[in-house]
Amino acid sequence: MFGESFVLLSAKADAGFLAALNDRLNLGDIIVTVLFFTILMVLLKKFAWGPLMGVMDQRAELIANEIEAAEKSRLESEKLLEEQRALLKEARDNAQSIVDNAKKLGESQREELIVAARAEVNRMKESAALEIATEKEKAVAAVREEFVSLSILAASKVLGKEISEEDNRALIEETIVKAGEGR
Amino acid sequence: MNHENPSFVLFGLSFNPANIMMLFITCLIVFLIAFFSTRNLKVKPTGMQNFMEWVMDFVKGIIKNNMDWRTGGRFHVLGITLIMFVFVANMLGLPMAVVVDHKLWWKSPTADPVITMTLATMVVVLTHFYGVKMLGVKGYFKTYLQPMPFLAPLKIIEEFANTLTLGLRLYGNIFAGEILIGLLASLGASSAFGLAGALIPALAWQGFSIFIGAIQAFIFVMLTMVYMAHKVDTDH
Repeated sequence: MFGESFVLLSAKADAGFLAALNDRLNLGDIIVTVLFFTILMVLLKKFAWGPLMGVMDQRAELIANEIEAAEKSRLESEKLLEEQRALLKEARDNAQSIVDNAKKLGESQREELIVAARAEVNRMKESAALEIATEKEKAVAAVREEFVSLSILAASKVLGKEISEEDNRALIEETIVKAGEGR
Repeated sequence: MNHENPSFVLFGLSFNPANIMMLFITCLIVFLIAFFSTRNLKVKPTGMQNFMEWVMDFVKGIIKNNMDWRTGGRFHVLGITLIMFVFVANMLGLPMAVVVDHKLWWKSPTADPVITMTLATMVVVLTHFYGVKMLGVKGYFKTYLQPMPFLAPLKIIEEFANTLTLGLRLYGNIFAGEILIGLLASLGASSAFGLAGALIPALAWQGFSIFIGAIQAFIFVMLTMVYMAHKVDTDH
């Protein structure tokens, strides 16, 4: 059937050609096939392939955007991390300096306290020494006075007469002082 | 097997109503599959949308094998429609053949040489059309002189050979498949003994025919894109 058709195609076209061809070949089917296929393609493009391609393009775009966004957020988080790291380092430095300062302050306060205590001790020592000296002085004076009275008493007993205490006191005291110095 | 084809004449053209019916059914099935699997499309695909997207990517892969996607993108719709159409057409004749009054009504539309040759011619005409459109008239005729001017006669013969092989390969494969299925079916219908003998070969052959139908649909689209690439790509 087909070979004959091709022979016919090469034949000279005349009025009977189409009719003769039509007898052997369903020319109508050719037209119907092309027509149906074209209609199918147009309809599918409108109702199926077009929307589907749109969705696929949309997805491709979405994925591209997502990748871009992910890249962006990655960079951002890296930046934030760097920032946090710097802040942490700064805070650590601050804390270190605060501790150092506190140490230094404590040290100086300790020094001060020690110095103050030492001064207090010295002062107390001095005042005690002073007090002791005055007490001693006082005691010596009291002893001396007592000794004078006893000496006068003894002398009056020895001499058998009343020695005027008022007259001789100055003399005796002088003697005692001299005796004290000579000792 | 000597069934006649029904026919009628309209406007001086003869039609085969069986072909028209089967073509219409093919178109309807393809359209319904495509239409219902692309309802409520989602960016995150589910169910049939996945399948349709697989088909699209498959055809995209075929086109990308042959030409630059910037050139080939415009043939995407043609390719998907063609592969679905040819595949469904190939499948239609597998489950049954309906013969009424010795006239064959239900069959694969691609088991008719008129239809396959029409599809092949349509494809080849499209390749020439796009060749002229994209390379210009001068560029189009230049392709006949490449790679060597003295090969020009072969290049011209090649165009006719391409058309013939493209159409007749499809027709031959599908028609042969249907003949064998018909033979096995008549054997199975002859007697109980025949049924026992025909059952397993018939099943095997139907399975194989599905495979052939799919392969032929793939080859048809593949060759369409190969011929298209020859005409529109300057690299080849």
